[in-house]
Amino acid sequence: MKTLKSVWLTLFTAATLSAALNVAAQVSYERILNAADEPENWLTYNGGYSSQRYSQLDQITPANVNQLQLQWTLQNQVFGAWQSNPIIVDGIMYVTERPNSVMAVDAITGRVFWKYRHVPADGARICCGANNRGVAVLGDRVFMGTLDARLVALDRINGQPLWNVEVGDVDQAYSVTMAPLVVKDKVIVGVGGGEYGIRGYVAAYYVDSGEQAWKTYTIPAPGEPNHDSWEGDDWQHGGAPVWITGSFDAELNLTYWGVGNPGPDWNAGQRPGDNLYSDSVIALDADSGELKWFFQFTPNDGYDYDSVQVPVLADIVWRGTPSKVMMWANRNGYFYVLDRVTGKFLVGKPYVKVNWSSGLDANGRPIPTPQPEGMPTYPGNQGGTNWYPPSYSPRTGLFYFSAWQDYATIYRAEETVFEPGRAFLGGGFSVLAPAPDAPTIGIGRTNPINNWTNEVGHASLKAMDPQTGEAVWSYDQFDVSDSGMLTTGSDLLFTGGREGYFHAIDARTGELLWNVNLGGQIVMAPVTYMVDGVQYVSVISGHAMSTFALRGN
Amino acid sequence: MTIPSKYPYLTIFARYTALLLLLSVFQQGMAQEAGDHQYTTEAIEAGSRVYTQQCALCHGPEGGLIDGVDLRRGQFPSVRSDDDLRALVRSGAGEGRMPGFNLRPEEMNGVIAFIRAGFDPDGIAVKIGDPVSGQALFQGKGECTNCHRVNGVGPRTAPDLSSIGAVRTPASLQRNLLDPATALLPINRAVRIVTRNEETIVGRRLNEDTYTVQVIDSQERLRSLKKSDLVSFEISDSPSKQPTTLSSDEVADVIGYLLTLRGLQ
Repeated sequence: MKTLKSVWLTLFTAATLSAALNVAAQVSYERILNAADEPENWLTYNGGYSSQRYSQLDQITPANVNQLQLQWTLQNQVFGAWQSNPIIVDGIMYVTERPNSVMAVDAITGRVFWKYRHVPADGARICCGANNRGVAVLGDRVFMGTLDARLVALDRINGQPLWNVEVGDVDQAYSVTMAPLVVKDKVIVGVGGGEYGIRGYVAAYYVDSGEQAWKTYTIPAPGEPNHDSWEGDDWQHGGAPVWITGSFDAELNLTYWGVGNPGPDWNAGQRPGDNLYSDSVIALDADSGELKWFFQFTPNDGYDYDSVQVPVLADIVWRGTPSKVMMWANRNGYFYVLDRVTGKFLVGKPYVKVNWSSGLDANGRPIPTPQPEGMPTYPGNQGGTNWYPPSYSPRTGLFYFSAWQDYATIYRAEETVFEPGRAFLGGGFSVLAPAPDAPTIGIGRTNPINNWTNEVGHASLKAMDPQTGEAVWSYDQFDVSDSGMLTTGSDLLFTGGREGYFHAIDARTGELLWNVNLGGQIVMAPVTYMVDGVQYVSVISGHAMSTFALRGN
Repeated sequence: MTIPSKYPYLTIFARYTALLLLLSVFQQGMAQEAGDHQYTTEAIEAGSRVYTQQCALCHGPEGGLIDGVDLRRGQFPSVRSDDDLRALVRSGAGEGRMPGFNLRPEEMNGVIAFIRAGFDPDGIAVKIGDPVSGQALFQGKGECTNCHRVNGVGPRTAPDLSSIGAVRTPASLQRNLLDPATALLPINRAVRIVTRNEETIVGRRLNEDTYTVQVIDSQERLRSLKKSDLVSFEISDSPSKQPTTLSSDEVADVIGYLLTLRGLQ
């Protein structure tokens, strides 16, 4: 026995030495750049720099999807919406848990290798839940933003912290809820706090040291271009947070970020002007952070129409011309296609009922039609859609996302004095309901009985054609959905919803192929990966992550 | 086959808009003197603003979005006194689901006043009559017990009213009696279902999702049905009861009785 042990130790020592030289196992920038070529992994929040959430894996097909079987479940240990998106690297999954824990999980069995806990400072202020949406990886490191506005680097193998730096002032209600984006030698995050009168920004940090490389505000300072879209000192606390992971085009060396609402949220009259770059997409140079272009979806927004959606990039032939486009279903109820080289507006059309605007002009600027006081505005406060990640399938040429249909809000504007670190909302709202005492929908689902019903709004999964800007088909649900999308090389579309159903849908036709009731709200997108020749699909529902593969595996 | 869960509500929805406006006029018409609230109108109004800014995002405009908590109707898992409520708001609750709020004293008092006033800054003064006469009307002339059940007596087909006084405001009870069409909660709409087996089920909806519906049928059976097994599924947009023919004094008595129904004590 003693002899055996010593042999084993010798082997282990030898393996350790070779591991140090095992560069192939590292997640290099080149691997992330070419993530589409290794569909067995899920290397970034949105599955690659284009953020298409499309995987070439095709072991699970429309013909056999009804053979999916539960392989494992990982239970969350905390309450609250679980909005984390896992990253999968060579059979190991990295997923976060509220408020700021990271777990390394065996992607085959669901067993946990290690767990790192960051306890956010007491002063952390989050408007809408202690959410964290996931990590980024590069080399042998994992990166997580925190609710107290810090950025943490961990050793990917043992979960030990390597550095921990401040991204924003927690006492002024800055926070980080997004999964970071790694580009080359930098890890990039934006800040939340749009309900607290922050001044938003995107900042990049060197992966080795945590030292800040650049920081670009989403509200221009005096002397900078477009500062005149604000009056007085409104710009100092005008919101414009960035709380959803951006995208990257290596050829253009541009990162793209969706920018959130101006503050105070519901009193547009208190901050005259377009309020740039709130409710915009901004294109920032990946190396310097310099702003190259912007496109504003909702000028002087009074409805909380954050443009924190994922910028979905694709190279397509657009109306006969090969084009680098960006597709965007915005919270304001319009679906847009932009030229991502210049930011030029190509097409934009409403995908749900819109009455705050009567349409878009030739440059994509909305024609405002504010509703009289006390009258409902469509779409309502949570928007026609929100932050949940869409998908684009290069096979079908369609863009898929969750829309909220027939949902409206009555807004009330109110003059509000800004105080640092405190809520800065400028009024309030109520959801249009069919009866005065009727329950309505909120940020998440906490009741197993749907007593608000589809009469206050319901989900409609839409498949959009970027050529026309119109839906080719839609798939409705009774409750609303905050679920993201996943498409695959076999034309499957996986998604969820607040009801807890996990659906597999034919990405070409919209036909339901398979579903299972997982019982808890699905408020993130599914992911897919492959280990040892088996394709898995993982989805978080309620407080559990469930992972499926074909029967027999 | 008509499964009206896809797009049936566009026209209904348009109607609600008008209805909601009508109701707000209706409510204003009913608003009379503030009465003898123990909270000042100023505190309630101030609290309304604090609530909107700090609480409504999670609890919702009606205060009922968190399971097990209904702020407007005073339902809490643990809180009893105003001091309990004050301590909870300050330190947070629900194992971290609710953060603590660092409110100024006047804001804290205001938000508690607003919650305790049933979210009603206008102090709607609904006439409340004699509970004993009200009970007699409820069981007799009012014909309420033809459908409703109270404390184990009466049919289960309509909602059980044993704790209605704890979950509804007087204004809401009055509206239900005078104008049930505008007061009916959508989940309670009557349904008529025909299955593939040619069974017709009439009942009240208890829950519904994309693929299934749960009802209590006219024989008081709990039924869960897959929509794919149905030939038709109709949801009535009118309530099964008409506006009451009771006099205004009688209505006040019935409200007085309903307010005594507070469930198992």
